[in-house]
Amino acid sequence: MAVVREITFAQALNEALDYEMGKDEKVVVMGEDVGLYGGIYGVTAGLYEKYGPERVRDTPIAESGFVGTAVGAAATGLLRPVVELMFIDFLGVTYDQIYNQAAKMRYMFGGKARIPMVLRTTCGAGFSAAAQHSQSLHALFIHVPGLKVVMPSTPYDAKGLLISAIEDDDPVIFIEHKGLYAVKGPVPEEPYSIPLGEADVKREGKDVTIVATAAMVHKSLEVAEKLAEEGVSVEVVDPRSLVPLDTDTILNSIKKTGRLVVVDEGYPRAGFATDIAALAASRAFEHLKAPVKIITPPATPVPFSPALENEWIPSAERIENAVREVL
Amino acid sequence: MPVEEIPRETLLWMYETMVRIRVHEERVAELFAQGKVPGFVHLYVGEEAVAVGVMANLRREDFITSTHRGHGHYIAKGGDVKASMAELFGKKTGSGKGKGGSMHIADLDVGELGANGMVGGGIPHAVGAGLGIKLNGLDNVAVAFFGDGASNQQNFHEGINLAAIWKLPVVFVCENNQYQISLSYDKQQTIKSVAERAKAYGIPGVSVDGQDVLAVYEVAKEAIERARRGEGPTLIEAKTYRFRGHFEGDPQVYRSKEEVEWWKKNKDPIKLFEEKLLAKGIATREELDAIWEKARKEIEEAVKFAEESPWPSKEELLEDVFSTPTKGVLVWQW
Repeated sequence: MAVVREITFAQALNEALDYEMGKDEKVVVMGEDVGLYGGIYGVTAGLYEKYGPERVRDTPIAESGFVGTAVGAAATGLLRPVVELMFIDFLGVTYDQIYNQAAKMRYMFGGKARIPMVLRTTCGAGFSAAAQHSQSLHALFIHVPGLKVVMPSTPYDAKGLLISAIEDDDPVIFIEHKGLYAVKGPVPEEPYSIPLGEADVKREGKDVTIVATAAMVHKSLEVAEKLAEEGVSVEVVDPRSLVPLDTDTILNSIKKTGRLVVVDEGYPRAGFATDIAALAASRAFEHLKAPVKIITPPATPVPFSPALENEWIPSAERIENAVREVL
Repeated sequence: MPVEEIPRETLLWMYETMVRIRVHEERVAELFAQGKVPGFVHLYVGEEAVAVGVMANLRREDFITSTHRGHGHYIAKGGDVKASMAELFGKKTGSGKGKGGSMHIADLDVGELGANGMVGGGIPHAVGAGLGIKLNGLDNVAVAFFGDGASNQQNFHEGINLAAIWKLPVVFVCENNQYQISLSYDKQQTIKSVAERAKAYGIPGVSVDGQDVLAVYEVAKEAIERARRGEGPTLIEAKTYRFRGHFEGDPQVYRSKEEVEWWKKNKDPIKLFEEKLLAKGIATREELDAIWEKARKEIEEAVKFAEESPWPSKEELLEDVFSTPTKGVLVWQW
């Protein structure tokens, strides 16, 4: 078997953007510092040099204006914009354009509109960036009908899912955890796509299912590795796409193991973790051998001090304890 | 603009379109009062000269974005009136299959990117259309319609700034009807004219009498031609007045009956235009009457179509959320 080279999560995203921009002139990249600067996370590096300032477009700090511009450009069918919103925390200033405009136009216009746009944004704590630059607000998007929501955890998934997202004719919110950009993994050089709505079993197991998102997938895998030494077999399911949701893979895993721990960095109430718990309760209750455990941060803003922030982020220890409790 | 400089065909199109909008809106007011049109309805009576004066300069391929008060823009841009009437009724045959209603009427086939329930929400969409036009090397334009209230909103400032720095073919048309629901213009901002704001973005700004369709036509023509030439955006403020309340059923405690009557008597855009057409011998009374007759017939046919159309089926509730077939589950019942 050929050895696949390893690249970072950020490089994998860059390859997806480069491929799509090379393939389709309608694909344009817009956002703050995405041009010469290459994006503050380096995801758009080199694209400005290759495709020029018309297609790699630096914007003023005017999120509502440029996200709305992307919505309008997509609605005309003239462009397929990929917008970078530096932090998901900033979505409040543009939320109308996302949840009232992009998400609703097709339905309200009787199916006559297509909004082929991707809003790339970042989530995640762990950098002492405090409460306005550290949130994982994916639940706000999952909540609103008309948006597709993607949240990859590996470089391989990042590339394949971003290609699918850009080629999709609906508005896709593509959420990248800041802690994953430097993570390396095997990624084929050639382009490939991963269908939206297909979960991935990141590790097979038979005793407990962990459903985890983004950075929490890696923590869960660590825990699974550790517990395997004790003979506990943990299955880790990464939904990858939160809307649409691959309920079949999740439910099949719960039915197989009979135990469920959900790990998510979103806030605890009305969040993705509670969503999966409700799914299990309503569709797999008879298979459950123990109550579902939910591991999320507490319902507080993200604290600044590393001492507090470490406490805030779900730890491997909490995940491990939860697994032990349901066993 | 002197009528002599405008082709007769264009002048008659403008008159006819203003009349069609007027007849449409007054008929919708009756239908709303009869309980046949659900929801909120914001009528364009009194403001017809703005949509028509601008749209007389647009092509089918040009784009517009509209407001709460969008019926006039829709009709003037060439939207299908039967489809919009059915939409107002919430019928299956509506332009949005009964899912959008008055505040969201759209006709993408004629470049009408939609009325908008959010004040200012559509302004950046016109900027996006302008960006698409520019990057595709086309010579079309996009026009954003919005009200005086929206001119205080972030989408106005951010959208107009983006269009200015990127020199996009976008024309911003503020319909200053002097009330943001109940708040009068002088209580919303300290400047005399919204057009003054153009200075802040380094683009031309012009204020025009929105009740004079020829005046609107002239400034719009200049702005649109400028945009087509690649010289960037213009901000137009058309000073106008809504003859009816903000929405149907508005008790209008914020303005006097005398004020409304004064505008109806002295500043009705259709009457003013009619006087000019007759005085200059462009059209006879009989020809103008025939236009009214034709418009009434057209609107009655649209009403009949809407009334006779079926309601959407229950299955349609779940349709048109997304356009692409997707794996996984979009909607599940707990």
